[in-house]
Amino acid sequence: MKTTITVNGTSRDVETDPSKPLLWVIREDLGLTGTKFGCGVAQCGACTVMVDGVATRTCVTPIDAVAGQNITTIEGLAPSADTLHALQAAWIEHQVPQCGYCQSGQLMSAAALLNDTPNPTDDDIDAAMDGNICRCGMYDRIRAAIKTAALTKGQTNE
Amino acid sequence: MNKWTRRAFISAGVVVGGGILVGVAMRPGNRVADLQDAVADDGETLVHAFIKIDQDNVVTVISPHAEMGQGAQTALAQMAAEELDADWDKVRIEEAPALSDYTTYTLGRGYLLKDVPLPGAVIPTIDGVMMRVTNALNAQITGGSLSIRATGQYGMRVAGAATKDMLKQAAAEAWSVPFDQIETEKSMLHHHASSRSAPYATFATAAAEMTPSYTPELKDMGDFSIIGQSVERQDIPGKVDGTAPFALDVRVPGMVYATTRRAPVFGGTVVRIDDAEARQMTGVIDVITLPSDASEGMLGGYEPTGETVAVVADSYWTASQALEALTIEWDSKGRDSVTSETIYAKHAQDLTSGAGRESDLSQGDIEAAFDAAATVIEAEYRVPYLAHTAMEPLNATANVSGSSAEIWVGCQNPLGFRRKIATALDLNEEQVTLNNTFMGGGFGRKAIPDWAVQAALISKAVGKPVQLIWSREEDVRQDFYRPSSTSRFRAALDDNGIPQGWQNTYVNKQEPVEAPLIPYTVAAKDIGYIQSPSHVPWGAWRSVDESQQGFFTESFIDECAHAAGQDPYEYRAAMLSDHPRMKAVLDKAAEAADWGTPLGEDRGRGIAVKESFGSIVAEVIEVTMINRDVRVDRVVAAIDAGVAITPDGLKAQVESGIIYALTAAIHGEITIEDGAVAQGNFYDYEALRMSTAPRIETHIINSGHEIGGAGEPGTPPAAAALANAIFAATGTRARQLPLAKNVGFYV
Repeated sequence: MKTTITVNGTSRDVETDPSKPLLWVIREDLGLTGTKFGCGVAQCGACTVMVDGVATRTCVTPIDAVAGQNITTIEGLAPSADTLHALQAAWIEHQVPQCGYCQSGQLMSAAALLNDTPNPTDDDIDAAMDGNICRCGMYDRIRAAIKTAALTKGQTNE
Repeated sequence: MNKWTRRAFISAGVVVGGGILVGVAMRPGNRVADLQDAVADDGETLVHAFIKIDQDNVVTVISPHAEMGQGAQTALAQMAAEELDADWDKVRIEEAPALSDYTTYTLGRGYLLKDVPLPGAVIPTIDGVMMRVTNALNAQITGGSLSIRATGQYGMRVAGAATKDMLKQAAAEAWSVPFDQIETEKSMLHHHASSRSAPYATFATAAAEMTPSYTPELKDMGDFSIIGQSVERQDIPGKVDGTAPFALDVRVPGMVYATTRRAPVFGGTVVRIDDAEARQMTGVIDVITLPSDASEGMLGGYEPTGETVAVVADSYWTASQALEALTIEWDSKGRDSVTSETIYAKHAQDLTSGAGRESDLSQGDIEAAFDAAATVIEAEYRVPYLAHTAMEPLNATANVSGSSAEIWVGCQNPLGFRRKIATALDLNEEQVTLNNTFMGGGFGRKAIPDWAVQAALISKAVGKPVQLIWSREEDVRQDFYRPSSTSRFRAALDDNGIPQGWQNTYVNKQEPVEAPLIPYTVAAKDIGYIQSPSHVPWGAWRSVDESQQGFFTESFIDECAHAAGQDPYEYRAAMLSDHPRMKAVLDKAAEAADWGTPLGEDRGRGIAVKESFGSIVAEVIEVTMINRDVRVDRVVAAIDAGVAITPDGLKAQVESGIIYALTAAIHGEITIEDGAVAQGNFYDYEALRMSTAPRIETHIINSGHEIGGAGEPGTPPAAAALANAIFAATGTRARQLPLAKNVGFYV
């Protein structure tokens, strides 16, 4: 069955089983490998993308559930090829990633948080980021980087 | 990806991709057998090649260690660049290929076992490192927190310094000036008297023709300008934009996907498979049975893993659905009556019988100590099996055709994997090319090649390139687990509450051998173990035995302190007179955590200290009881790793080690039911998350002692520090992990 979705601003037609999870469509059919597989049951957040701006676990989201919607993956997070998103810059500044495997998902959850809540409190961060496991345990650094990004984003917008 | 060939490393001056390789050679007679053929062909002496310089004066440091998040590659490059006087802005890093020239064994053997003049700095640590290196047996291992303290200290620094000397010698000859008038700075050579300067690249070819020294002069700690700087890790930019290449991201033309299920009861075999429904599913290519695999890891051989059923399809999604559609009858070989309870019962039985007890340490008159004791206290602790659950589920891509095989995998032992895969495919090692990628976590699991062998066998069977991906459930249920263990203690306390006798017997020992030893001054010690294995396979789990032994010994010394009515920090400190370095670390953590100041109601502090992998870490953990649930507020850690190569990276490793340990201490439990693992995913094998992870503060002590490990030493003290904090807050002593079985945790 053909399903049309918009991925990082580009309309894409996908010919596939409508029950196939968006994760595997992105990785296998569209060849975008930045979004990761971690658990398959929406418990770890490694597969998080934004669907119409909302953080979504793609490993349990059938492709036909997002037909016609706007998908942003890690490959589409930066505003342009030579400019990092404020979160990406903050992630580097705080040297957040260790193995890095969960970080695409962490960044997409954080990006959705900042879209809704430009100046998140610690409780906001806890709530938005609790679905993303980091087995390297970089939670302190993720928290600090989100706060740095909120600050730099705020300054850019002024 | 660079094309690596064996040939490229045979001689010291070989052009590779426009660059010049500058190798660290060793004299004839000091080579390992693997290299004899290569050396005999050309009469060359190159063994290791860690450094190359290209025509744009970019220095590339070649790391024989893999990257799983620990940042070792950047630190190794810093060590080479420091001694080379390289321009850090023009230093690049590449991972060494899976070729025997890059065995970490060769490194250790070359520098430590053969008749080689040793740099003075090596001698004090020969024993410890040699033990690790001999464990590493002819393999390219990233583990044991060894990269920096062995390869970095004895390989990278020496390589950098020797290369600098060869460049200076080449310039001195070309300019006809004395060697010692040449100065180096930021990858440039200068002769000030004649106002001559040249980039390193100018003399790289000439330098490469020289024989490097084994014993170049190394810098003093005070002269470091790159070591000790918190430089940015070079792998991080790719990890924030999705481009960092993990094994799961490998794409080979014509590739299909596979997923597997191995006998749920370890060692089981397939009786029959009903695959009719699966084979009718669109996209399913094949259903295959794979043989049992006596996989070998870095700690030695293992029992057969059990047979595996693999489904191959055009998509991982299809393959995983088809796997669920199979009906498989397994032969569990009579092991399906084993449960966690029977395993613990066997521990108790073996400990009570005492048969087969091996001694770790016997010192002083233990009988007399207990005869004279004012008080004897006893305790029994136990810990469950633990899985690793690295974020990236096990996966590998294989393209096997006829007499060659190419493998893409992220692993902790590329050469060991290549050898195992070659054996399984009935090829020789040179017919197998192994491309190692970043690992999405390793923690010890990715040192054991079982899954990569599966990928190769599946590709061979279907005649196509195959990407094998394990489900998280398979990852949890087919691990090589930290062993379950029970440990019994007795302490003979004198009138002042000080232990004069320490007796400890535990079950299930792996390594390091010293893990159960305590640093405290106690007149008589009797420490030993009994092996009480089950059919559940063991592996190295971040810090190996140090993690459970840290929990056991640092909990029991805390019990001794409380039995004596003494402050647990002061009590430990008083017994560390023989270990001033450890006392300094303990003092630092206590001071930074404001130990001794009142915390208020329903709060508690716990402390623990453990030396492991050449580093000492002390941790103070603070908890608050909220409606009888524990909230872990803060961890204050102090580490003495000798010299911090990348201070921020060292802190990151300590933070990571603590969260890994606390996740296990609070939640981690693999239970065995009907012979198989009962857990399957993060909903029943939980991890700390953003809201439950404590804030961590790490303090570094640069004592100048020999360089220690970083990846593991943060882990061992944490479980005991937390259990001790819970005792301080509640008066309840937790002697079993996970702690969540005994007390609620605030969410």
